[in-house]
Amino acid sequence: MAERDPAWKVLEKPSHPHDSAHMHVTGEARYTDDVSEPQGMLHLAFGQSSMARARIVSMDLSEVLAADGVVAVYTAADIPGPNDVSPVAHDDRLLADGEVVFHGQAIFLVAATSQRAARTAARLGKIEYEPLPALLSVEQARAADSLIETTQHMARGDAAKALESCPHRLSGGFTMGGQDHFYLEGQVAVATPGEDGQVHILSSTQHPSEIQHLVADLLGLSSADVTVEVRRMGGAFGGKETQASLFAAAAALVAHKTGLPAKFRCDRDDDMVLTGKRHPFEVSYKVGYDDEGHLLALSLHLASDCGATEDLSPAINDRAMFHADNCYYLADVEIVSERLRTNSVSATAFRGFGGPQGMLAIERIIDHIAARLGKDPLDVRLANLYGPGRDVTQYGMKVADNIAPQMIARLRETARYDERAAAVEAFNAVNPVIKKGIALTPVKFGISFTTTHLNQAGALVHVYADGSIQVNHGGTEMGQGVYVKVAQVVADVFGVPFSQVRITATRTDKVPNTSATAASSGADLNGMAAYNAAMTIRQRLIAFLARTHNCDEAEVQFTPAGILVGTETISFELAACKAHVGRISLSSTGFYATPDIAYDRATHRGRPFYYFAYGAAVSEVAIDTLTGEHKVLAVDILHDVGRSLNPVIDMGQIEGGFVQGQGWLTTEELVWDDKGRLLTHSPATYKIPTASDRAKHFTVTLWDGENVEPTINRSKAVGEPPFMLAISVFSALNRAIAATAPGKADLPQLDAPATPERILKAITGHRAP
Amino acid sequence: MSVRFILDGEMVELAEVDPTATVLDHLRYKMRRTGTKEGCAEGDCGACTVLVGEASGDSVVWRSVNACIQFLPMLHGKALLTVESLKEQDAPNPLQVCMAANGSSQCGFCTPGFVMSLYGRAIGAKGSDLPVADVIAGNLCRCTGYGPILEAGETVSSLPRDDAALAAQLTELGAESASGKWQGRRWFAPKTCGELADLLAEHPDARMVAGATDVGLWVTKGLKTLETVIFLGDVTDLAAIEEADDGLMVGAAVRYADAHTPFARLHPDLGELVRRIGGLQVRNAGTVGGNIANGSPIGDGPPALIAMGAELTLRSAKGRRTMPLEDYFLEYGKQDRQPGEFVESVRVPKPGPDVVIHIAKLSRRFDSDISAVCGAIALTVDAGTITSARVAFGGMAATPKRAAACEAALVGQYFTQETMEAAAQALESDFSPLSDVRGSSAYRLEAAANLLRRLWLCEQGTAISVLDLEALDG
Repeated sequence: MAERDPAWKVLEKPSHPHDSAHMHVTGEARYTDDVSEPQGMLHLAFGQSSMARARIVSMDLSEVLAADGVVAVYTAADIPGPNDVSPVAHDDRLLADGEVVFHGQAIFLVAATSQRAARTAARLGKIEYEPLPALLSVEQARAADSLIETTQHMARGDAAKALESCPHRLSGGFTMGGQDHFYLEGQVAVATPGEDGQVHILSSTQHPSEIQHLVADLLGLSSADVTVEVRRMGGAFGGKETQASLFAAAAALVAHKTGLPAKFRCDRDDDMVLTGKRHPFEVSYKVGYDDEGHLLALSLHLASDCGATEDLSPAINDRAMFHADNCYYLADVEIVSERLRTNSVSATAFRGFGGPQGMLAIERIIDHIAARLGKDPLDVRLANLYGPGRDVTQYGMKVADNIAPQMIARLRETARYDERAAAVEAFNAVNPVIKKGIALTPVKFGISFTTTHLNQAGALVHVYADGSIQVNHGGTEMGQGVYVKVAQVVADVFGVPFSQVRITATRTDKVPNTSATAASSGADLNGMAAYNAAMTIRQRLIAFLARTHNCDEAEVQFTPAGILVGTETISFELAACKAHVGRISLSSTGFYATPDIAYDRATHRGRPFYYFAYGAAVSEVAIDTLTGEHKVLAVDILHDVGRSLNPVIDMGQIEGGFVQGQGWLTTEELVWDDKGRLLTHSPATYKIPTASDRAKHFTVTLWDGENVEPTINRSKAVGEPPFMLAISVFSALNRAIAATAPGKADLPQLDAPATPERILKAITGHRAP
Repeated sequence: MSVRFILDGEMVELAEVDPTATVLDHLRYKMRRTGTKEGCAEGDCGACTVLVGEASGDSVVWRSVNACIQFLPMLHGKALLTVESLKEQDAPNPLQVCMAANGSSQCGFCTPGFVMSLYGRAIGAKGSDLPVADVIAGNLCRCTGYGPILEAGETVSSLPRDDAALAAQLTELGAESASGKWQGRRWFAPKTCGELADLLAEHPDARMVAGATDVGLWVTKGLKTLETVIFLGDVTDLAAIEEADDGLMVGAAVRYADAHTPFARLHPDLGELVRRIGGLQVRNAGTVGGNIANGSPIGDGPPALIAMGAELTLRSAKGRRTMPLEDYFLEYGKQDRQPGEFVESVRVPKPGPDVVIHIAKLSRRFDSDISAVCGAIALTVDAGTITSARVAFGGMAATPKRAAACEAALVGQYFTQETMEAAAQALESDFSPLSDVRGSSAYRLEAAANLLRRLWLCEQGTAISVLDLEALDG
């Protein structure tokens, strides 16, 4: 293995702890619900639909209104502006109007003097429904031709024709479940009425600007009348990108109507019923390949359950198509993406944003080919990697920095993949009940919003006359460390200690028209915007100091010891003070728009991504063939974050992303009944990983290469890509199951998540003749 | 009378309390101690973990519990520590320093709960003499993947604490049995079984609450109003454990955390089962008797105890009666408990050297999950012949239930693979399990049958639990 370049460490930024870590551990970090409640605060709850799809015939809310503590009850008719809390398509209602489209949908809104009073009263509504036919599965939606949008095609060459001439062909299919975000802090918003119709909203949201715009419309106000603020979220993972709007809008409506502050803190079970989740997918494929496992032709069908409304489903499903290549060159390929509309809660953004679904599909196809050929799946992966002459994706983007082959080679060596694969085989030969499996899977994840105009960010930096610095930007803090990273960037520009930089809550009145903090882009976009803002001020200081010290601007240098001006060193504090007295502006905005990206959605061609982030993981698992239980025994990860802005923060994203991905593919099962009711609406029934589910052997190494594109510090985005490293767990489980019928040249039929029940079923199926 | 407890050395006295107001809501919205978080309000995420202390001689026994499903009167006579209590001379303690430095927090919302669980472990709190991962099994983190948190727990595994003064304060505070009234609703916290029996005779409709790990959810999720509540936490003679040569007597209010070690001494499988009942916060509150008394078909205690031949004693003002544990469960939601009666104790005989025991809990997640199937098999094998068989399952019927046909297929047979196979197949006539959120009927039947097959393979040494595998070979 190549030794790490000794200079590398110097280029890496230091690992400042998360800016709020000292307050997280003492309980002093304030979340939305922790802010003191003013006198007269109203508490809110929704009355919810008990039907998956129905026309509302009548509503009798008299008992609700008469209940203890109830101050007001609102329905759709009470909304001054458009009844719309959707991000794009204007099809999400704050309160159902005439028809309900999923079980649990909000129908009316109760404002009461206590939360318990609001929740208790919300159960007293008498709604008369006329049931309408509900589409509760992908099959039913397909049969009814119920789609969110036209089925999309992404293709290169002629897959159908190429399939005919392949030496081998196979076809298969499987399903993968959705996933609840299970942010530990549930949805919450506080709206406070201001003067002259204005409203201030404290919201746990990844997208304050969207809430600002929606609330302004909903209340018949202008955006300038609405201020949205978020200091931090207690987790989000995509679940607060569009889904926070419902609660913020409800609170704003009540504040607007009553003139009183209003808080909506959603109960966990209601939250899980009311808010969207990761899209479940059904995958089917026909693939042609040769003796070496080279993938020659692929026809891939991806069908997703988008739920009742559009939300971000088009972009999410697009990303599934973009990532259906993962690290592999697909010669003749057709990807058909079917986006089905059903009567379940609208599926939404979740870490990876469709990428995991597309990537799991292709990794399973590779596993399938390997099983048919009796090869180690890693050999088939290697055979299909992008490389010289085969370096353009199915959507026409050149894979410029293809480091996957090098990363796989290094991880294969450091994790002793071959040796361990042999040990797994030896173990399986002598153990009839417990079977092991091992897999190495890579990740290539495209960085940028695929909706090109979203790739912009703004920042606001103030230097005060005492030398202290305040930074504000459009990025929201959900635990991923965007605040600390951006603050480090600004501190470095001025050569001051990190502690001199105060990070302030994200507010729409400081930086306007922001994009959601999503698509892993927070530090890339906002870091660069803040860098630009700081550089503007720095340039003003340089010009001022050069002028007042009669030296060239080139002779002014910012160093950790202070500002070197000619031969004199002055402190940053003194420079700030002098500049202020010299009437120099010490405040600046900064802006950044990602260059060089362009994408034509009509043809699904172009360069949607600025660059790719890579990773690879080896996972080793064991299954109990009598109970279907499994254990992830060992995980080794090599991951690419470019030149890290903060290694400890990045390592945390990688580990956390992996374990979250492991949960998606193993323990986290969403179950709906035949009435469209979500049965897994609490942590009692929906099981995210616990500490003991993390493999006992778990290593993470950062790849020592920089971003080929001039990103901030040449770093790479890290939020989403590691999530998909967990596909190695699913792959390893398949191999363990396959070991129950050695010599059978086929892949077990395993759907995700791999619960004990599904594993046992896959074993039974695989053993059947 | 008022509810009185000690918080940070100061006595908190609450004159009028809603008997089912939660400790969490009181902390957050009345005292503005907002470090303790609500993640689920049902005892499954641990974000609200606090430590509750009881005097024991001149020291204090601390327990981590979920404040979201602890009712305020349950704090009476106790000490309380929240995350705000941990600062020493206005500085964070070494555990907090370590966690802040090593990346233990990302969004930070679950962090105070982890701090409290790990602090509990570091000061030797009840049930925390376990590996770090077991102590935080009841704390969910969605951001970190747990690595740095586990590391912090290992690094700061012991912290000093002097509770002598607090112990003295507490000894005075909780001396008398407590009771209260609030808006026409009443609560009692008796000290003895005799008092309890009298109270039940007087208030036959009263709801008995031991750990509140079940009833807590009726209030937080079901939004139920309980009119009369009798809290069992202070009934000292109900919390007794007696270990004798021939078995174990466990008082109904013995919490699972206290029963863990004695149960593990009876049989390691029973200990492992208890380790997997809830998280530590739940085992610190939930009781062996409550797990039986509520009659749940998916409670993990009853199947194991039935297979081991446990007997249940019920008591009322009129006297006691004892029955085989399985006879207590009549049908779904219906138990053989008369008005005025309460579960007093359960007696578990010590298995002889000729008894083969196999207890298994199957769930989606190993820790802090509810069983899809919980199976317990106890076979007495004499010279190769099965002379007695007790096979009981949870999750397979409307009650915890013995498998009569399966047992019949075992008794009198040679202990062989063929016998176990026949017994496995006989389960089909014993059970028609439901399909629900935790598993389909077919899975339950297949997995239950496989537990009988698995027992044989374990006895032959060809099967072990995946939990017992080493991380890496060689």
